[in-house]
Amino acid sequence: MTEQPKNFGFGEDETMLKDSAAKFFADNCSPDKLHGLVAEDPNIHRSIECIWDKQLWQQITELGWTAACVPEEAGGLGMPLVAAVAIAEEAGKAAFPSPLISTMIASFVLKECHSDAATKALGDVASGVPMTLAVTNKLGSWEPGDTDVAAAGTTLNGTAYFVQDAQKCDQFIVSATTPKGVALFLVDANAAGVSITPDGIIDLTRDQAHVEFKNVEAIELAAPGTGEESLASALPAIQTIITADMVGAGEWLLQTTVDYSTTRVQFDRPLGFFQAVKHPLVNVMLEIDRCKSLAYNAACALDVAESQSDKDEAAKFAHMAKANGGEMAAFSSSRAVQFHGGIGFTWECYVHLFFKRQMHNQMLFGDAKYHRAKLADILIGKAA
Amino acid sequence: MSASERKDTPEQAEFRAQAREWLENNHPGQPKVRLPLGALELSDPEALDYLQKWQASAYDAGLVGSDYSTDCGGGGHTDCQSIANQEMQRAKTPFLPNIIGLGMAAPTVYFHGQEEVKQELLPKLLSGEDIWCQGFSEPGAGSDLANQQTFAEKKGDSWVINGHKVWTSLAHFADWMILLCRTDKSDKYNGLSYFVVPIKSALGNGVTVRPLIKMTGETGFNEVIFEDLVIEDKYRLDEVGAGWKVAMTTLAHERGAGMLVTPAAGGMTQKTEKSANTSSPSALIELAKNSYRNGKTAADDPLVRDDIVKMIIRQESFRQNQRRAGVQSLLDHPMRLALQNKLVGTEYNQDLAQLAYDIEGPASSLYLNDEHAPGGGEWPLAYMNSFGVTIAAGANEVQRNILGERVLGMPKSK
Repeated sequence: MTEQPKNFGFGEDETMLKDSAAKFFADNCSPDKLHGLVAEDPNIHRSIECIWDKQLWQQITELGWTAACVPEEAGGLGMPLVAAVAIAEEAGKAAFPSPLISTMIASFVLKECHSDAATKALGDVASGVPMTLAVTNKLGSWEPGDTDVAAAGTTLNGTAYFVQDAQKCDQFIVSATTPKGVALFLVDANAAGVSITPDGIIDLTRDQAHVEFKNVEAIELAAPGTGEESLASALPAIQTIITADMVGAGEWLLQTTVDYSTTRVQFDRPLGFFQAVKHPLVNVMLEIDRCKSLAYNAACALDVAESQSDKDEAAKFAHMAKANGGEMAAFSSSRAVQFHGGIGFTWECYVHLFFKRQMHNQMLFGDAKYHRAKLADILIGKAA
Repeated sequence: MSASERKDTPEQAEFRAQAREWLENNHPGQPKVRLPLGALELSDPEALDYLQKWQASAYDAGLVGSDYSTDCGGGGHTDCQSIANQEMQRAKTPFLPNIIGLGMAAPTVYFHGQEEVKQELLPKLLSGEDIWCQGFSEPGAGSDLANQQTFAEKKGDSWVINGHKVWTSLAHFADWMILLCRTDKSDKYNGLSYFVVPIKSALGNGVTVRPLIKMTGETGFNEVIFEDLVIEDKYRLDEVGAGWKVAMTTLAHERGAGMLVTPAAGGMTQKTEKSANTSSPSALIELAKNSYRNGKTAADDPLVRDDIVKMIIRQESFRQNQRRAGVQSLLDHPMRLALQNKLVGTEYNQDLAQLAYDIEGPASSLYLNDEHAPGGGEWPLAYMNSFGVTIAAGANEVQRNILGERVLGMPKSK
């Protein structure tokens, strides 16, 4: 087992990156501004729109965040996964609407493709091309081999579902079946034969779509028979990044609810005086801390992994992080609404933005039960 | 070389090398008697004797009290106790029996006692020759610790103590006690003072120790009654009326948040025939594979599997929290993780033992006195005993208040 550094790999650069991300979001994506941007129209039957601030995306790419974890030889900064985790945590704390998380995730898949086309695509990520995965089938399976798209040569037909930030991205990484097994392809969002149908989703800080491919010409990233493996190898990093987003959102929910509990007075006392409020909020903190430590551990384990057994161990840690994250996401958001009382139940209270992001995070790339079932097979052995 | 070793100062590196070499040649080996899970459960004098000999030898080798000054019997090192602890854990040694002395009494005496008293008491405390106990809780002062009724009255140069302490672990073996009591009835917090008092030498002469029987049927803790116990003024720690402040030093060290690192050894598993290791999820998995429900093993039951995995995730997160607690830049508040330790650790152990109880099914009805009890009956025993630690040292409800108020900054509850 390759030993991890004590500080989870958070060196000076990673710590600085996290601090500057926190400052960037505080300056540019306050809850107030966010609510004004994405929550202007509460109408349930509003038309499906994708609202985000493209200028902020421009600034982020200029700051080099999309280049952070791209290898140096592909034009990036070559930072470890903990750097992506640091950014994702701060993005979650701001419920930042952007293709940032999707693009970071895409880059970790590209890194597992080991092809010239993938290296070139990584260069595009580094220079700020927003990219997302189109790898989920109609049934919503998170298994890397399951897809409803088929490839004949480099021509794709079929539909990918639950595609995150589809309307914000310029390129898709598509998994498709071939007679020799699953392959991965790069598709331009504007290519002939691509049609994007947005889903009406609850989370106001994201967009999601199903993307249909009709005789679409694509670039091969991972050859037939290797695509499933490439995706599978990237999944632990992906699960860890989503967990970091949940940790950040959870911390916002906790701090905001704590603040409210110190100012809101009932029965002549601030709410937080009452242990019926205080103790569950402490429990929320315990869950967030567990989750944060598990996420940092998973990221660091992936960063130092050399042998296959290192990688298996790291994958186990990523399952643990995402499993804990799913529970924490639900708990932190439910307690935030409950302890804000009547106002917490309204559209005008900012809590719902984070509540909805947490609920979306919870299912992304497998919920808590999904990951615990995986862990049961690893830790206990398959059931009879 | 591990990551922690790479960070060693020259003094620590030399200390580590010596500690490692000594431990390779001087591990005490398996005892002939059954050891309890921890020092607070000690009731067998033979087990105590074995453990006291081990502590004495570790002390002589410089592994206990490494950071205390030499005039108090310490090693005079800087930040070497943590190295000693790492090496003792690595060598899978037995635990140290004088746990209250090392973890609570020693730092309190060290920071608040007169030089003469420090030099008199600390060497025998560190060596384990003198066993210590703690006199804080009373029938009317549990979670409300400041509600002390035990009273010390000044008579000439001495103090006369009367009162009643309860839940006093190790008092049946103890030579000394750290005692929080009242010296002024008019002020709840500023009317408290702190003493060290003899127990064993005063038995029948102002001190009575009676065992309290736990719900498990075991002994291990006691009530201690003071009737006109006379002690010299030099055994008062800090000023009259400063007892609450001194008690905070004790409690900070008890929660692992004090200035001095507590000597801590352990890791040895005892090779007994069928006793389960009740703090290990892998023992739980073994149990599930050997317990049956619905015609299959419990390890094949999806609900049991899910519950086991939840416990393993909690165990890993606890481990990673402890690791993160050592990295200041990754903490939102310096005490946020340190103050969670007791709460999270004790609830984990309780839930682990409760799950085992579940998994055993009908056989969970069998206890230590039944030869067919799974795991030697240790799981139900551990479950019942787990309440000792979720209640002791500030009930977990009080721990949640502390976390809510000190870390999250929420308004103080009464």
